[in-house]
Amino acid sequence: MTAHLAVEASGFGRHPRAAETAGVPPQALLTPAYHIGLAQLAAQAGADFLALPDSFAPGSGLDAVAIAARVAPVVPGTGLVPTVTTTHTEPFHLSKAVATLDLVSAGRAGWEVAVSRTEQEAAQFGRKPAAPPAELWREAAEAIEVVAALWDSWEDDAVVRDAATGRYVDREKLHYVDFTGEFFSVKGPSITPRSPQAHPLVVVRDEQDSLAVAARWADVVRIAAPDLAQAHALRERIRAAVADAGREPDAVAVLLDVEILLATDESAARRAYDDLGEFPASTLRVLGAPDALVDVIAERAVDGITAVPLTLPGGLRVLADEVAPRLLEKGLRLPADPAATLRTRFGLSRPANQFEGARS
Amino acid sequence: MSKKQIHLAAHFPGVNNTTVWSDPEAGSQTDFSSFVAFAQNAERGLFDFLFLAEGLRLREHQGKIHDLDVVGRPDTFTVLNALAAVTTHLGLGGTINTTFNEPWELAKQFASLDHLSGGRAAWNLVTSSDAFTGENFRRGGFLQPEQRYDRAQQMLDAARELWLADGRLIDHHSDQFDMVGRFPLPPTPQGHPVLIQSGDSDQGREFGAKTADAIFSRHGSTQAGQEFYRDLKGRMPAYGRKPDEITILPATTFALGETESEAQENGHRIREAQVSPQTAIAFLEQVWGRDLSAHDPDGPLPDVDPDPGAEITRGRVRHEKDPLAVAQRWRELAEAKGGLSIRELIIETTARQSFVGTPKQVAQEMDAYVQADASDGFILVPHLTPGGLDEFVERVVPELQDLGSYRTEYTGPTLRDHLGLRRP
Repeated sequence: MTAHLAVEASGFGRHPRAAETAGVPPQALLTPAYHIGLAQLAAQAGADFLALPDSFAPGSGLDAVAIAARVAPVVPGTGLVPTVTTTHTEPFHLSKAVATLDLVSAGRAGWEVAVSRTEQEAAQFGRKPAAPPAELWREAAEAIEVVAALWDSWEDDAVVRDAATGRYVDREKLHYVDFTGEFFSVKGPSITPRSPQAHPLVVVRDEQDSLAVAARWADVVRIAAPDLAQAHALRERIRAAVADAGREPDAVAVLLDVEILLATDESAARRAYDDLGEFPASTLRVLGAPDALVDVIAERAVDGITAVPLTLPGGLRVLADEVAPRLLEKGLRLPADPAATLRTRFGLSRPANQFEGARS
Repeated sequence: MSKKQIHLAAHFPGVNNTTVWSDPEAGSQTDFSSFVAFAQNAERGLFDFLFLAEGLRLREHQGKIHDLDVVGRPDTFTVLNALAAVTTHLGLGGTINTTFNEPWELAKQFASLDHLSGGRAAWNLVTSSDAFTGENFRRGGFLQPEQRYDRAQQMLDAARELWLADGRLIDHHSDQFDMVGRFPLPPTPQGHPVLIQSGDSDQGREFGAKTADAIFSRHGSTQAGQEFYRDLKGRMPAYGRKPDEITILPATTFALGETESEAQENGHRIREAQVSPQTAIAFLEQVWGRDLSAHDPDGPLPDVDPDPGAEITRGRVRHEKDPLAVAQRWRELAEAKGGLSIRELIIETTARQSFVGTPKQVAQEMDAYVQADASDGFILVPHLTPGGLDEFVERVVPELQDLGSYRTEYTGPTLRDHLGLRRP
């Protein structure tokens, strides 16, 4: 098994002063050209997917599904995984947005599930107060369940175009999801037919109270840890939780977030970092030569990494130009099949339809 | 003075019986390649914008999902953003419901589309309040029908405040919404998206006159078009607006041929495909409120009267309020036309405004219609996906250009430029 490689592209990078090194004005973040450039670098780096963070918190940018959809038709060769929150949004809208991203990207879509914790975000919607993480993740679990059901609510062969009977669609192959939970109910079926992957890749971050949801629903779990030993231990805990949830642990890839600032050698990287200023790491950080990151991946403490550049687009350029070729050389990554779906990249087949055989 | 220019928009053919699926040339209405082909062709034809309709619950007929018409739609925002990648000038408009969305998220989605398309976004505000659609959403059927336009207006006010806030703190409170916070995005290339309205009730017209940049109407004949045009534009001064700040676009179909009779034949063939025998019965059942499946679509109208209380179709706007009167009218019409069958009658009565003729005739008639102030242009509703606009673009657009009534190139990058609108 080779290692997985994902990249996160948020604004000008994770460092708060990254904008100063971007070489483009702040308004560039509002243009398609900037995001297309990042996606092209991710594809060049052979990344399994480009993670596009999003939230309703102050300081967030353009809608991440919108960016992914804008990029998809012009940048082939990498998965596109926008974050979509479940706290103040409608599961029905969410399900068709992600399914449609899958359609316009020919099977390269994923969904990173996230919750909105703050009073600030709640006040922007004015519908309900902020809730504790355990409650938010219970709601997220319901959202994923109903979204997955909506993704299956059209069987693949529902459209029949039968001139003899005048029927366009076989209504027996359209299914009400009839979901009623603690937080909402949804009747269904979706208005959107089943997508190329049927179930776009579901990504969940390991954070407070998210483990049960990840264990039950995630195809990919993103983790943060200060070193590889702790990352490995966390991976074991997640795999155990996946098994407890009745799923095959090998069907879930655990990817460690690794903050990166890479340069020709360690001292150059250190100088670049000093120029930006001190900024506490929220996970393992690699300040150094490209080989330093290759070494981290080669340890195989986890199933792969999500590279989180401190600066963009520079961080992705080094990844594409310097790191990716070394990973191929060392056999840590294989050249990707450009036509592969995102699920295929993670060894996942197209899932069976939960409603198949059932009658609405 | 230069001649009044015609505006054209293109309705992507999808969910309803106008879209013919039985034709060998009918492609998928959900494949992305269909959207790309249709959009790029509309752009070749220098259209103002492409338009996607939306309905948030599959229609039901007699308690079951309606299975005779094209059904299934991808998500509007996601398709429009993807189309921005494969077009450069074409406006990108979509229906988004004002009842089952919240302004903060919706404003962010539309602002994102406008930024990512370089100023080509348009929003068709649709109000609905039915509990049937509400079953797919958190709040269910929370809105009373009479509050539909209150909510739409407050939604628009809220969204506009967010779009134009430019970093200012929002502290917005109305019956429908409470929002406190700082909107993360600056005003968009168009200031904010172009606003489209299509309700035809008195309330809908008032809302349109006050707020819309473009209006979809469904008034067919020149006279009906002129009456609507005068009425709508006449309501604008009360809101401090000038008549040319709204572009009125009736929905229009067309059928072309090398000769007029060939075009007539093509038009009839399309109408027959749109109203299959089964579809004719389903339409009749909508008005009658009864199961009429035992009736022969090629036979006469039923003797039994409609059941005025019954509502057997859900998820579709009902334009006819008095089924008994409709039945009476239809019986008289069938009689007067020499005994029309059910299917012939439905073909007759569901016909929209349509231009039928050679490309030159169609161009001349369209031009005459617009020059007579029956509209400012049209939203074309082709019957085929994705090629339904091809012949129009290839043959009719050059004729319109020869008449001096249609642009020969885009004059600016944004949809507001195409519509001749100022930035808000």
